[in-house]
Amino acid sequence: MHFISPVLWQFLVNWLTHFALFPPEASSIAPHADALYFFLIAISLVGLVLVVALVAGFSFLYRKERNPEATQIEGSTLLEATWTIIPLALFMVAFVWGALLYFRIYNPPTNAMNIYVVGKQWMWKAEHPGGQHEIDSLHVPLGRPVQLTLISQDVFHSFSIPAFRVKREVIPGRYTTVWFEATQEGTYHLFCTQYCGTLHSQMIGTITVMKPADYEAWTEGSTSGMSLAQNGERLFASMGCNACHGGNATSRGPNLAEVYMTKVQMTNGSYAMVDDAFLRDSILNPTMHTMAGFAPIMPTYQGQISEEGLIDLVEYIKKLNSNYRIQQTLNTSQVQSSAQSPASNQLSNGGRAQQAAPAAPGMVKP
Amino acid sequence: MSTIVSLPDQTTATLPKRSYLNDGYGLKSWLLTGDHKRIAILYLISITFFFFIGAFFAGMVRLELLTPPNDLMAADTYNKMFTMHGIVMVFLFLVPSVPATIGNFVLPIMVGAKDLAFPKINLLSWYLYVAGGVMTLAALILGGVDTGWTFTTPLSTHYLNTHVITAGLAVFVAGFSSIFTGLNFIVTVHRMRAPGMTWFRLPLFVWSHYAASVLMVLGTPVLAITLVLVVLERLIGIGVFDPAKGGDPLLFQHLFWFYSHPAVYIMILPGMGVISEVISTFSRKRVFGYTAVAFSSVAIAVFAFFVWAHHMFIMGISNYSALVFSLLTMLVAVPSAIKIFNWAFTLYKGSITFETPMLYAFGFMGLFTIGGLTGVFLGSMGMDIHLTETYFIVAHFHFVMVGGMLMAFLSGIHFWWPKMTGRMYPEGLSKLAALVTFIGFNLTFFPQFILGYLGMPRRYAAYPPEFQVLNVLSTAGATVLGVGYLLPMLYLTWSLKYGKIAGPNPWQATGLEWQIQSPPLTTNFEETPLVDYEAYDYEWLANKTKHEVQTVG
Repeated sequence: MHFISPVLWQFLVNWLTHFALFPPEASSIAPHADALYFFLIAISLVGLVLVVALVAGFSFLYRKERNPEATQIEGSTLLEATWTIIPLALFMVAFVWGALLYFRIYNPPTNAMNIYVVGKQWMWKAEHPGGQHEIDSLHVPLGRPVQLTLISQDVFHSFSIPAFRVKREVIPGRYTTVWFEATQEGTYHLFCTQYCGTLHSQMIGTITVMKPADYEAWTEGSTSGMSLAQNGERLFASMGCNACHGGNATSRGPNLAEVYMTKVQMTNGSYAMVDDAFLRDSILNPTMHTMAGFAPIMPTYQGQISEEGLIDLVEYIKKLNSNYRIQQTLNTSQVQSSAQSPASNQLSNGGRAQQAAPAAPGMVKP
Repeated sequence: MSTIVSLPDQTTATLPKRSYLNDGYGLKSWLLTGDHKRIAILYLISITFFFFIGAFFAGMVRLELLTPPNDLMAADTYNKMFTMHGIVMVFLFLVPSVPATIGNFVLPIMVGAKDLAFPKINLLSWYLYVAGGVMTLAALILGGVDTGWTFTTPLSTHYLNTHVITAGLAVFVAGFSSIFTGLNFIVTVHRMRAPGMTWFRLPLFVWSHYAASVLMVLGTPVLAITLVLVVLERLIGIGVFDPAKGGDPLLFQHLFWFYSHPAVYIMILPGMGVISEVISTFSRKRVFGYTAVAFSSVAIAVFAFFVWAHHMFIMGISNYSALVFSLLTMLVAVPSAIKIFNWAFTLYKGSITFETPMLYAFGFMGLFTIGGLTGVFLGSMGMDIHLTETYFIVAHFHFVMVGGMLMAFLSGIHFWWPKMTGRMYPEGLSKLAALVTFIGFNLTFFPQFILGYLGMPRRYAAYPPEFQVLNVLSTAGATVLGVGYLLPMLYLTWSLKYGKIAGPNPWQATGLEWQIQSPPLTTNFEETPLVDYEAYDYEWLANKTKHEVQTVG
C-alpha cells in the first residue's frame, strides 16, 4: 500500500505499532478499575452474544420458507422470571463491585499528603504544602498516597487522570477531594473533562510521577521560600483576624488552635465537624457558621480573599496548634513592648516558633 | 394454534378516492387542520428539517476531530457546533421523533378513535414546536450558543456572552409542545378507546406511548422551571445557582437531570413501541409475554424518575446517596432486558420475513443491547469515575439514542409509510440503506468506547495525537452514516409519486390501523370499530381475510 499513499502507509504503521486499548495502569487503583471493566465487558459480551444468537438462530430456523406456519405462544412465566432474575443478579454484582471501587477511590487513607488544586478558566494551579506552585502540571512522589483538595474559582471543571483511573468534579465554592497512589514513574495526561468554555480543550496538563528522592529534590528546587501555612499566617495577620481569634478568654471569636478535625457546637445546638470545607465556609459565610457562645459579628470575606488565599488560611488554621504567635503579633502591634521575652517564646511554643515567618508589613512595629 | 398469513396481491390494489390527503387542498387546509394525521405529517416534515440541521453540526464536529490540533474552526465555533448539535437533536428531533409523528398518526387509530382527545391542542403543540425551532434558528443565526446542550451553570449564567437566553427560551417553548402531546395521548388512551378495546387489548405501541406521555407531562415542567431560573439568573442575577450569592451550583445539576434522565426514556420508550409492532408483524406472532412487555414500560417510567443523580457520581454528592442512585440505576436496566428477551422469543416458532422495518428492528435490538449494557458500566459507581465525561459516555448515549431510537424511528417510518401515504417504498434500496446505516453507525461510535476508556474527554476541539486513529475511523463512519440517512429521505420522497400502491394491509398486520384504507379517511373509521379480539391475534386476521375473500368471490 505504501506505493499508493505514503501518508496512509505511515498512518497505518503508526496505528499498528501504537494501538492501545487501555491507558497505562499507573496507580494502585488502576488494576482494580480494570478488573471491574473486564467483568463488565464479559457480562456484556455474554448478553450480546446471547441476544444475537437468539435473533439469528430463530431467524434462520423460523424464516417463512422453512416455517410457513407460525405457532402462537402466549408467553412463559418461567422464562420471564429467568430473564428478570439472572440480569438482575449480574447487575447487582456490578453494583456492589462498583460501590466498593467508588469508596476506595473517594475515601483517602489517613496518611495521605495533601495538595491543593485550584481550577480556573483555563488552567490548573497546584499548591503543594511547602508552597510550591505549579501551573498545568503536578509532580507527585511514587508510592505515596496523595490527596488532592480541589476547588474552582469560576465554573465547573473536572480533574481527570486517565492513567490513574481517577476523576473528580471541581466545583466553585466547594472543596472536593480525590486521592491516588502512583505506582509507575512517568508522565501522564491531565485533562479537564467538564466543559468549561472556549478553551476547554486547552485545559490540559501533565502529571509527573517521580521517585521519592527525586520528588524531594524537586520540592527543594522549586520552593518559593514560604509554605502555604506561612502565607496563611501572614494573611491572617494582615486581614486582622488575630484581633478576634486571639485565643484569650476575652476574645470575641473562637479559639482556632487545634480546632481542626474536632466537633464543635453551633448556636443552633447542632454539632459540626471542622474540616477544610467548614473553615472555608466560615470565612466566607460566617453568620451561617456561628459557634455556640459567640455572637454573629464576623463580617463576610466574600470577594476579599482569592481561592489561593483561602487555601493558605485553611492550611494555616489546620496546622495551628498554639495561639502563642497570634498573641505575640497582636501584642507587638497593640502594645509597644512585648511583655514576654524571646527566650520563653522558644520554650512555650515548641518547634513551631523556630521557623519564624515575617509578620505582615505594617502589623509589626519595629 | 398455528397461523398462515399470506401477503395480499398488491398489483390489484388501488388508491382510495377519498382520504385525509385529498380532504381539502391548499396551505391553509394544512396549517389550520385539526386532523391528527395531517399534524403528524407537519411534524414529520419539520423534524426531518431539524434532523438534517443537527446532522450538519455533527458532520462539522467529526470533521474538526479528523486531526488532533484545533485547526478547522476556532475553539468557540467548535463549541457552538456540538452545542447546537445537541440542542437540535435532543429537543427538536429525538423527543418529538416517534411520538409526534408516528404516534400522532397511528395512536388514535390503534385505540379506535377518530382523532386525539384535543385536536386543537395537538395543532398548538406543533405551532409551539415550530416556535421553539424558529427561536433555535434565531439563536443560531444571531451567532449561536456554546453552553453545551446541558446549559450547565455557572458557565451558562455568568461566563458566556452568546445567545443563551434565546436558546433556553426556545427549549422552554418546545418543551410545552411535548407536554401537550403527552397530555393528549394520556387522555386519548383513557377516554377514547373503542368499545371492547380494553387496556390489555391495546397494542404495546400504545402502552409504551402512554408511559412516555406520563414522563413528558411530569418531567418537562421541571426542565421548564430550570431554564427559567437560568434565564432569570442571567438577566437579573437572582443567585439561585451562584455560590457567591449563597446559591448552589449543584442544584442546577439536580434539577436538570431530574428532567433529562427521564427524557432519555421519553425518547426511547416510543421507539420500543415501534419495535414491538414490527417484530410481531414480521414473525406473524403475538408478542411473547405481552403483559411483561407492557408492564416493563410502566416500570421504566416509574424508575426513570429516581435515577437522576447517577449523572453526578463524581460531583461530590454524598457517597451514600450515590449508593442509592446506583442501586436504582441497576434496577431500571432490568425492564429493558426483559423487553429485549421477549422480542427475541417472539421470533421463536414464528414465520419470519425480512422486510426493511424488520432489518431496522434487528439493528435496534443489537445496538440497544450494547447501549443498555454500557449503561451498566456507567451505573457502576467506581467505573463511572473513570468513564464519565469521556467519549465512552458519548458512545453510550449515541448507541441508545441513534443506534436505538433512530433505528426504531426509521423502522417505524418504513413500516407505516404505506399507511401514511398509500404507497410502498422501494424494498431493495431501503434494505441497502438499512445495511449502510448499521455499518456506518458501528464504525462511527464503536471506536468511541475505546477512546473513552483511553481517557479522551468529550467536547474537546483538540486532542493528543495518539487518539487520532480512532477518531479517523469515527469520522469515516460518520460519512457512511450520512449516506445511510440521505438515502431514505431521497427514496421516500420518490415513492410519494412512483411507489407501488400499497393497499390497506400490505404487511398483514393485526392493528386497527391496518384494517382501514391507506391512506385513511379523515375520520379514520367509517363506523366505530367493535373490538372482540386480543392484540396481535393473527388467527382472527386470517379468518377475517378468508371471510373477505369469500364475500368478494
